[in-house]
This record gives sequence, structure tokens and C-alpha cells, in this order.
Amino acid sequence: MTELLQNSVYFGVIISILSYEAGLFLKKKCKLAICNPLLIATAATMIFLILSNVPYDSYYEGAKYISYLLTPATVCLAIPLYEQFEMLKNNWKAIVFGILSGVLTSLVCVLVMAILFGLGHAEYVTLLPKSITTAIGMGISEELGGYVTISVAIIIITGVLGNMFAEGICRIFKIEDPVAKGIAIGTSSHAIGTTKAMEMGEIEGAMSSLSIAVAGLLTVVGASIFAGFWI
Amino acid sequence: MKYVKQFSIIMIITFIGEVMHFLLPLPVPTSIYGLVLMLVALLAGILKVEQVRETGRFLIEIMPMLFIPAGVGLMDAWDVLQPNFLSFAVITVVSTIVVMAVTGVVTQFIIQKERKDD
Repeated sequence: MTELLQNSVYFGVIISILSYEAGLFLKKKCKLAICNPLLIATAATMIFLILSNVPYDSYYEGAKYISYLLTPATVCLAIPLYEQFEMLKNNWKAIVFGILSGVLTSLVCVLVMAILFGLGHAEYVTLLPKSITTAIGMGISEELGGYVTISVAIIIITGVLGNMFAEGICRIFKIEDPVAKGIAIGTSSHAIGTTKAMEMGEIEGAMSSLSIAVAGLLTVVGASIFAGFWI
Repeated sequence: MKYVKQFSIIMIITFIGEVMHFLLPLPVPTSIYGLVLMLVALLAGILKVEQVRETGRFLIEIMPMLFIPAGVGLMDAWDVLQPNFLSFAVITVVSTIVVMAVTGVVTQFIIQKERKDD
């Protein structure tokens, strides 16, 4: 059985989809942030792989066809953005300064806490691109001399946390405007957070999509400056 | 046929994004080039939103699922995260919350201020 699962091309796709379905079902039953479909699906798939002794690489042989669609799906985020373009034009000042404040907060936060925890420079620059989309973040980490695999892991964890916390944070900090919600989610937790913004509404989703691109590019510049702030 | 056409348009734009990523020396990934290209094409009227809408909606709807393989990949990341696990965990959780809150509050503050000024 293990051999079959290890060699199957379709198994990786099926276990991912089924565990996601299970996550959606649990989400319906329980409204807690921990009942997040992506978190549950990821955890369930991991547990299944460990129990059935299937290494990640053989799972990924099949599952890579799911990941393959990620780039065209991200391209399609232009569609809601286009449909909400009026919203963007009317609020451009708030959007630009909002994203800028988020990017700076992220860099300052990482700098201050990296010093507090006594991390080395390599660990510090590894964490700098944590809030932006993986493809850009990996490049920054590599460029600045960080550990790329750790950056990727932290970026994904950040996305899942943002996806889980988004509703709670908006409630606690009284962020009620849909544009502000979208910008907050996209700037702090890139595409994975954006999937939550999409669920919250059209405007939230569109603004979050916009933030992925803008925050990503601002971080390219910001991170290389912040990499020099080290004693 | 509608879906075939829509999917080919999306894939062609993605491919042009890939070509730009390959040719231009900027740290911009294929997906961002593609997103900007599609937005520009829509705004310029080269592309009608009806030509990509349904397939685009479908891809966006399944997007959370598309992150599962990358998320599961974290099972192999434990070895590299473990030496600094506590500091990484605290920094990741705290900064995600702070960044989201600051960005949202600042954006909302400016929006409300602009509305009052109008």
C-alpha cells in the first residue's frame, strides 16, 4: 500500500483536495479561527503522510500539479482589481500611505525583535521579507544573504496566520472600512491572506490583491536598506 | 468552448509574464508581471472582462487549496526552523498582528479624514 501511495501521481492531488474539503466542512461547523480550511488541510495532509510513511517528495510528485495553477490564479487577481478600479482611484492616497506604513512597520518590527532575541545578521535578513509573496521574498532573502528555505517557511506561516487572524484583528482594532481591511490583509500576509480577504468581500479581495504587488515591490527596496541597519 | 478560450487567454498572459521575468533584470516574479499585464490589458480595453471572468473566478476560488502543497512542505522545514524556533515563532506571530493592525488603522484613518475634508 505504501509503495502504491508513494508511486501514485494522483494520490497527492486527492489527499490535498479531500483534506481541504474536510477543512471547509469543519469551518462550517465551528467558527473559531483555528478551524481554518487551509490550516486543517495542511495539518491533515502532513499527518496522513507521516502515518502512511509517504515522504514529502513523492507526495509532491502529484501535488505539484496543484501548485502549478498558483501563478495563473495570482494573475487572475487582476480581475477583481479591475472591477474595483474606481474604488482604488478614489482612495489612492490612503492606499499608498497605508501600504507604506505596513511595509515600514514590518521591517522595523523584525529589526527590533531580531535585536531583542540576539539573532545574527543572516537570521535577521531571512526574516525581513516575511510579509510579502514567496516569489519576491525568496529573491530578497537570497540577495541579502539569508537562509532561503527558512524565509519560505516563515512566509507561508505568516500567510496562514494572517488568514486565520484577519477577522479577529479587524474586529479588535475596529477596522471596518472594506478598503482598509483589504490593504491590511494583503500587506501583512500576501496571497494566502488574500484568499481570506476574497471571502470577506469583493472590495477586500481586490485591495488585498493590489497590496501583494505594491508591498512586495516596496519591500525589495526597503529590505535592502534595512539590511544595513545592523550593529 | 468559452472556458477553453478563457483559460488560454489566462495562460498566454501568464506566459508573457514569464518571458518578462526571464528577460528583465528586476526582482519581480512571473505572477506579478502577469497580474499587472492583465490589469493593464483590461483597463486599456484590449481585453474584455467577459473574456476571462468565469475561469478567473474559478481559479481565485480554488486559490487557498493551491497553497496546500507548499504548506505541507513545512514538514521538511522543521530541521532548519528548530535551532531558533522560539524567536522565529514570536517574531512571526507578533509582527503579523502588528503589521495588519497598523496598516488597517492607518488606511482607515486617511480614508475617513479624506471623506471629512470633501
